[in-house]
Amino acid sequence: MLSSNIKGVTNGFPLRIEVVKVEEKTVEINADFLKNMFQKIDWKALTEASRSMGYTELPEESEFSLLESDEFLSRFHHALLELHLEEGALVCPESGRRFPVSKGIPNMLLHEDEV
Amino acid sequence: MASRPEVIAPPEIFYDDVEARKYTSSSRIVQIQAELSDRALELLALPEDGVPKLLLDIGCGSGLSGETLSEDGHHWIGLDISPSMLNVALEREVEGDLLLADMGQGLGVRPGVIDGAISISAVQWLCNADKSSHNPRLRLKAFFTSLYKCLSSGGRAVFQVYPENIDQRELILNAAMRAGFAGGLVVDFPHSSKKRKEFLVLTCGQRSMNASMPKGKDEDDESCSDDSIEDEENQTVCMSDRHRPRKKVKGNKSGKGREWIMRKKDQMRRRGNVVPPNTKYTGRKRKDRF
Repeated sequence: MLSSNIKGVTNGFPLRIEVVKVEEKTVEINADFLKNMFQKIDWKALTEASRSMGYTELPEESEFSLLESDEFLSRFHHALLELHLEEGALVCPESGRRFPVSKGIPNMLLHEDEV
Repeated sequence: MASRPEVIAPPEIFYDDVEARKYTSSSRIVQIQAELSDRALELLALPEDGVPKLLLDIGCGSGLSGETLSEDGHHWIGLDISPSMLNVALEREVEGDLLLADMGQGLGVRPGVIDGAISISAVQWLCNADKSSHNPRLRLKAFFTSLYKCLSSGGRAVFQVYPENIDQRELILNAAMRAGFAGGLVVDFPHSSKKRKEFLVLTCGQRSMNASMPKGKDEDDESCSDDSIEDEENQTVCMSDRHRPRKKVKGNKSGKGREWIMRKKDQMRRRGNVVPPNTKYTGRKRKDRF
């Protein structure tokens, strides 16, 4: 799921993912978009996130030159855009706060005392 | 009296299941939303290199504005505080990723990942204090600073807002400037009370700082010319009479009556106020000729 990969609470990143149900949706691949996103993404967080959702094809290390290979691109694309966390939770690594995810929508609302 | 949804109830309560469905099934609102988001996207002035961007839709509601973004091929993340609206968005199978969040608590997005942000008719909600813990100033500050952080350098944010009055507009603008944004207000149809639409165009980062200020003015002119063209075509984009104060309903002609006056006077006496004594003239009807 896109947002879970790149989202972090200000005081803690990356959010750990607790999986109950993962769904896969096919999205058209667009190399330019992926290259654009690649620079912004914390690779380690993405590999961990996709691993916790049961996708282990991503290599441990990555560099910009890898983007030229189609195979890598399609794996990156799959992990980034096609894996959706349907049910589960995102857990803040620092405070342990759980953000429940239902129907693919993470609930990021904070309680009044947490603001 | 309440013609603005903002004064009726907090957003997560106002947009309940019924209201959310109503909002999305009204073809007029759908059309207005589409036009507003088209215009917002235009003001966002993304580089036209055909590369899809990652955009943020703040207060996405049922994803009406996001649809415009999808049509242009961009990926978007929508956030809204109303679960009912998001449910409708799910049913409509919008392409963006949805997030239940309160923009007044700040956006939990990693720095620099967002290429641009739009928000249609949402930011004015921040000016309300719906809970005792809410402070509009702080909420606006939290929102704009976190937005500034998550936008990539040179990223733009366009908000279409309905400020209630000048003070509110100032409040929003000040909060944005304090967070480090450059930019200003672009007003479409400035002379029409109904069609008047205000867009807050903000840019962040050094690259755009230099170019942004004259550009803002440019667009202002452009919007004025838009104005005349669209007026000629007689294209009416009317929003509900948000800006028009409702006429006061005149009370009953016969007045309140002696009984009511006596009760009120008693009440006031009990509170210790100085009240004129009751006489035979109290609450007496005037003569017809008066």
